[in-house]
Amino acid sequence: MAEYQNILTRVQVRGEPEMGVPAAGDAWPRDGKPFFNYWVGKIGNAQLGPIYLGWTGTISLIFGIIAFEIIGLNMWASVNWDPVQFVRQLPWLALEPPAPEYGLRIPPMSEGGWWLLAGFFLTASILMWWVRMYSRARQLGMGLHVPLAFASAIWLYLVLGFIRPLMMGSWSEAVPFGIFPHLDWTAAFSIRYGNLFYNPFHMLSIVFLYGSALLFAMHGATILAVSHLGGERELEQITDRGTASERAALFWRWTMGFNATMESVHRWAWWFAVLTPLTGGIGILLTGTVVDNWYLWGIKHGIVPPYPDVTPGVVDPATQ
Amino acid sequence: MNIIIPAAVAITVLVSIPMMLQWERPPMDSKQQGYRGTGMVQIDNPRIKAKQAASIEIPEAYDPAEVEGTKASEVYENLKVLGDLDQAEFDRLMFAITDWVSPDEGCGYCHNEENLAEDSKYTKIVARRMLQMTKAINTNWSNHVAETGVTCYTCHRGKPVPQNVWALDPGSRQAGGMAASRAGQNLGAPAVGLTSLPYDPFAGNLDKKGLIRVTAPTALPNGHTPHIKDTEKTYALMMHLSTALGVNCTFCHNSRHFANWEQSSPARVTAYHGLAMVRDVNKTYMEPLVDVFPPERKGPQGDVLKVNCATCHEGQSKPLGGIQMLKDYLTELSAAKAD
Repeated sequence: MAEYQNILTRVQVRGEPEMGVPAAGDAWPRDGKPFFNYWVGKIGNAQLGPIYLGWTGTISLIFGIIAFEIIGLNMWASVNWDPVQFVRQLPWLALEPPAPEYGLRIPPMSEGGWWLLAGFFLTASILMWWVRMYSRARQLGMGLHVPLAFASAIWLYLVLGFIRPLMMGSWSEAVPFGIFPHLDWTAAFSIRYGNLFYNPFHMLSIVFLYGSALLFAMHGATILAVSHLGGERELEQITDRGTASERAALFWRWTMGFNATMESVHRWAWWFAVLTPLTGGIGILLTGTVVDNWYLWGIKHGIVPPYPDVTPGVVDPATQ
Repeated sequence: MNIIIPAAVAITVLVSIPMMLQWERPPMDSKQQGYRGTGMVQIDNPRIKAKQAASIEIPEAYDPAEVEGTKASEVYENLKVLGDLDQAEFDRLMFAITDWVSPDEGCGYCHNEENLAEDSKYTKIVARRMLQMTKAINTNWSNHVAETGVTCYTCHRGKPVPQNVWALDPGSRQAGGMAASRAGQNLGAPAVGLTSLPYDPFAGNLDKKGLIRVTAPTALPNGHTPHIKDTEKTYALMMHLSTALGVNCTFCHNSRHFANWEQSSPARVTAYHGLAMVRDVNKTYMEPLVDVFPPERKGPQGDVLKVNCATCHEGQSKPLGGIQMLKDYLTELSAAKAD
């Protein structure tokens, strides 16, 4: 059974589906008849279901679908209901926030009203999903690590689409719903506020983002490398270090002098992941509200490297 | 199991091949334009540049006119712009204009060939105004066109209507009513390099002085009001400049602070005057002709066709690859005081 819990495993266990512990005190039961799928078994547990929906999950799904429909139908309307153009131009289409002149007022539906409505339903959907995660974690007697981590992502989402526009006094500061349009928004945001790379919180967010990827690679690789010795039983090995754990620890201590433990590596990963949107959100919130140009702010605080002027004499013609 | 990996590889290859056909193959030429390490490099595809250069065919300049001292206005009637030229110079210019603008259509494109003096064709009224414009550009806008200057051919390239012009763009049809407006964005328009940026960066920027300077001029908020949507419009205009000139952003800017002039290359100053020149051309010369042009020579909104950077540049940082055509026609197209 050494291969059992690995990706692309060759052994899949079939039997009576696992129904989970009794759902005491739940208003809703778990729904759906569990079944097995061979291909799902290739990348995880072959058993699908039952699923717990609950009223929060139900509301979340309904609100999420409403938001999805508002965005999608408005995108389709923007190509005059042409199905071919809708598919062809989908990456370019968007539901745009109101124009600057509307400030924080409610604009006509065609001028950003739909954007506000979609934003409301999407936000309500996400918050309901968070409540659901929280209640499931409590119900199972788990720690709150998962809902807290999700809250960190929600923080960044709320800063971008709600808190910062409120502080700036204009919905137009918010992000459009669209694939390329939100990327163009990002680039324009950085240019308007003088290059976000000089924003220290943006720097921190990048450190944690890239750090998360690095930690994920290191940890995933380490555990896979010792899984033939039972290394994937990480939690057991916290209290009862087996040879897999010993070898993994030695590998890192020999290669870089330090090793995380079976327990601490998960705290590293959790904090790096959580700090990515947390610091990013702070950086966005400070932009335009307390700092208007990060490059000039960086000059003021000595973080912009000076370069020799190789093309001297270029001056703004408008000042001449 | 045995089939998954080969199938995945096959699908990846099949999807990648059409994608790679869109790409340009290496090697590229890279030319440093700023201090090392700042990424201020102009990257060119030498094969495309060579093709561009080869595609330029300049009509051969006529031999210098044999000036005999007879003013054109003494020989011809109804001369309002070129009357001061010597008759020989005038004739020479008329032949050259035919080569430059209507080589296939001939003199009859502008003139009633029974009576050349007559102003019956709209094209003649336009051509007269364009001659005034050409003189004005060569006389007043040397901070953009320098000594190279322009002739009719700089824009026309042997076609009665220059290839790259713009008119107010309503975009493709949208559903009306309560449906969300696309707010002038999100069409993947060629004018803005197939981005979802505002698809008409010209209106408001090239017909009047627009709000191009969007980046905050101070570290802390100090009443600078441009919004992100204004920034997207500027970004769109810059995409046009970049495409029209066949250059990167760093041809003019140090991208760590686009707004900063001290770190910019001298080309940015030239571009600044170019934008002002285009505005002047559109406002002073193109827009007043709106009632002269027939409907089929106007944009979908009924406005006149106007110029942008691509009208002259056509993908090159120097129009016509920097070839100086004006030097053979200085008397005709520059020396006269512009009016």
